[in-house]
Amino acid sequence: MFDWIQNIANWLVYDILKMEAKNHLAEALNFFIYDTTKILMLLFVVIFLMGIVNSYFPIDKVKNYLSRHKLYGLEYLFASLFGVVTPFCSCSSVPLFIGFVRGGIPLGVTFAFLITSPLVNEVAIGLFVGLFGVKITILYILSGVLLGTISGFILQKLNLEHLLTPWVKEVLANAQREQDKFLKEKQPFIRRLPIIWNEVLKILKGIIPYVIVGIAIGGLMHGYIPEGFFEQYMSKEHLFAVPVATILAIPMYSNASGILPIVQVLVAKGIPLGTAIAFMMGVVGLSLPEAMLLKKVMSIKLIGIFFGVVTLCIILSGYVFNLIL
Amino acid sequence: MTKSIKILGTGCPKCKTLTNLVEEVVKENNIDATVEKVEDIVEIMTFNVMVTPAIVIDDVVTTKGRIPSKQEVLELLN
Repeated sequence: MFDWIQNIANWLVYDILKMEAKNHLAEALNFFIYDTTKILMLLFVVIFLMGIVNSYFPIDKVKNYLSRHKLYGLEYLFASLFGVVTPFCSCSSVPLFIGFVRGGIPLGVTFAFLITSPLVNEVAIGLFVGLFGVKITILYILSGVLLGTISGFILQKLNLEHLLTPWVKEVLANAQREQDKFLKEKQPFIRRLPIIWNEVLKILKGIIPYVIVGIAIGGLMHGYIPEGFFEQYMSKEHLFAVPVATILAIPMYSNASGILPIVQVLVAKGIPLGTAIAFMMGVVGLSLPEAMLLKKVMSIKLIGIFFGVVTLCIILSGYVFNLIL
Repeated sequence: MTKSIKILGTGCPKCKTLTNLVEEVVKENNIDATVEKVEDIVEIMTFNVMVTPAIVIDDVVTTKGRIPSKQEVLELLN
């Protein structure tokens, strides 16, 4: 499917620039041209499609659906799936949290949404397809959704409502199932299109620098670090590689666009995919800025439990990935 | 009558961009309005908004979760 991009990269590097094929710099450059072109193309397509979905998918409907339907345990899965299709800016996590709580949605279900949403979004999906192919992308989406579902379920069972901040408890006490009383944006597709288009350009503009830096670092590592270099430290035989990678990742904060091209090269150089994905999930899914925001609605203890449960689930999924891949 | 415009947002870059944009529209078109940035989460929640940034004009939430174009803001204000 992407052979033609490889041909262009080969042509540019070996024919136009007349570089030797065995040269490290040539290899790095070739990798950089190929990867950037392919990833930007895929990102454009995926972000545009998701922009359309998003424009027709107001968050209020999700909330109303979750609060009005009795789902017999499936609500965690649904909340998590909704998290995939509705990306939000991390500063919206607090208002979303309160909105869900006020709508009468159980805390665990709200958590399921909060966990999956940053983990699996259109940017991550576009990058994953470009870097790892469709099969691993599907596996990643599945594990992200399961991670949200299972963590949400566990957090619900722990009965943590008493650890919310007082004003949120008050909101909780007055929680009610709200009706469809929200402002519907009734706009025809033609009027939405420029809005979606602008949003796509904005997202792309925002992430392109990260993608390029990420791929450049990846390209250099690809050209200069010998294959199997990391294997001696982080192979599957090293039992603690997954938890160490996950815990190291949490204080680092980046979005999927910066970290994924590096993850790809780590994998090419011998780090098992499960360990690499656990690392990425730690970087993208949990972060200190997010914890700071959540302090407005949760006690530090609750944030600790929330991060703890999610970390454990990430580590588990890392091991599972390593086992099956 | 002076319109009251509130920009709801907890302080992320998107919210700041939106505030500047609305202020520009008001100034460029000589609209009689006050622009106020609301960062207090408790106050934001009274508007029932879940995705920021949002624009509230005379206590009616008009857009949320995105940054509209200048043209759209102008239409909303008229």
